[in-house]
Amino acid sequence: MHVPDGFLDAPTSVATGVVAATAVAVALRGARRELDDRTAPLAGLVATFVFAAQMINFPVGAGTSGHLMGGALAAVLVGPWTAVLCVSVVLTVQALLMADGGITAIGTNITLIGIVTVAVGWSVFVLLRRLLPKTLAVVAPAAAVAAFVSVPVAALVFTGLFAVGGNAPVDLGAVAAAMLGWHTVIGIGEAVVTGLVVASVVAARPDLVHGAAPLIAERELVTRKVDVS
Amino acid sequence: MGAGHGHRLHFHGHSPVHRAPAHVKVLVLLGFMLVVVATPRQAYAVLAAEAAVLLGVVLLSRVPLTYLLPRMVVEVPFVVFAVLMPFISHGPRTEVLGLTVSEPGLVAGIALLIKGSMGVLGALTLAATTEPQDLLRGLERLRMPDLIVQIMGFMIRYLDVVTAELSRMMTALRSRGCDPRSPRHWPVLARSLGALFIRSYERGERVHLAMLSRGYDGRLPDMERP
Repeated sequence: MHVPDGFLDAPTSVATGVVAATAVAVALRGARRELDDRTAPLAGLVATFVFAAQMINFPVGAGTSGHLMGGALAAVLVGPWTAVLCVSVVLTVQALLMADGGITAIGTNITLIGIVTVAVGWSVFVLLRRLLPKTLAVVAPAAAVAAFVSVPVAALVFTGLFAVGGNAPVDLGAVAAAMLGWHTVIGIGEAVVTGLVVASVVAARPDLVHGAAPLIAERELVTRKVDVS
Repeated sequence: MGAGHGHRLHFHGHSPVHRAPAHVKVLVLLGFMLVVVATPRQAYAVLAAEAAVLLGVVLLSRVPLTYLLPRMVVEVPFVVFAVLMPFISHGPRTEVLGLTVSEPGLVAGIALLIKGSMGVLGALTLAATTEPQDLLRGLERLRMPDLIVQIMGFMIRYLDVVTAELSRMMTALRSRGCDPRSPRHWPVLARSLGALFIRSYERGERVHLAMLSRGYDGRLPDMERP
């Protein structure tokens, strides 16, 4: 769900634009640490992947469908800084070349979908990784929980922005309740898909999963004796 | 696996709007939409004037409205919200077509509809008259960080490659009796997405090596379009 033009007033749109630009500037430095000079091609391809993954819709009920936001998924797979860059680039391209999301709302959309979901998703994931046993098997469930939490939090932040710069005299409590309820349902879909995708990548190429890197580093090389008869 | 280098919304033409530099178009659209968003919601005369300016630019671009209008379906989700607004807002009630609705909600809904539609039409016009390569160069001139422009360039370059890969996977799934929309088949769908991630990432690694072997030093050479 992308915020269109005219949903939030001009000062709020400009303010979120400044927030987004600052966060992307910080992420640029961080991503160079995560990927060094491979940043441009790899982040570009991951951005394309996020875009393709967002094309898959899942039914939410009442005849409508939600689609993956992908913030938490990207954070676990490629690390939080690269994820912020990838999702922000996807949102900018969607606004400029596909008319999806208002051009004055680019900052709002990047703040909500690119920054809040990645930050919340990554924090929850790192917390769970610290608390749970240190095996590769926990990566996918932790990613699922992170994805589940990230969606309603983004909805809450949106409600907060709406309270500051909303262009409609709607009862805020009702907006918050509706957004939370709706996005909890979307969050379940996001969690299931994120968990399953991460699980399949962990099974095939655990070395590519940024969130699993510390767990792989701790694994010891085991040689097993196999009887060949 | 060839990739188209145009993009789906682009409408080939030679109008003044097509020829205008991309960075000017982006700045003009951004400034115009900021003015539209800042317009008080009941200043219908001002909104009408702004809509007339926008329609004038669309006519000048000679992109047919029959091309742009069907592509405005992107805005359906927020149209639903705008239509609901008169019913869920509070404030004094008024009667429209036999329905009792909230008056400020009605005003806000109409304003959202007008402003949002202008945003979508404006963005569609930008997309229809600007080649992605020109847009990238325009963003570069607007001092967008070099790395962001590069990432965007790679995304646009491989957009069709990766989405075509995904649609081939979907075709393969469907031909084996899988319904990707049904939650029952999410595990299969998710494994396909996992495979798509691995393929995209490895493609990125190959692209990076290919670039290194051609002397990439962190900056893309300034290439003119062939």
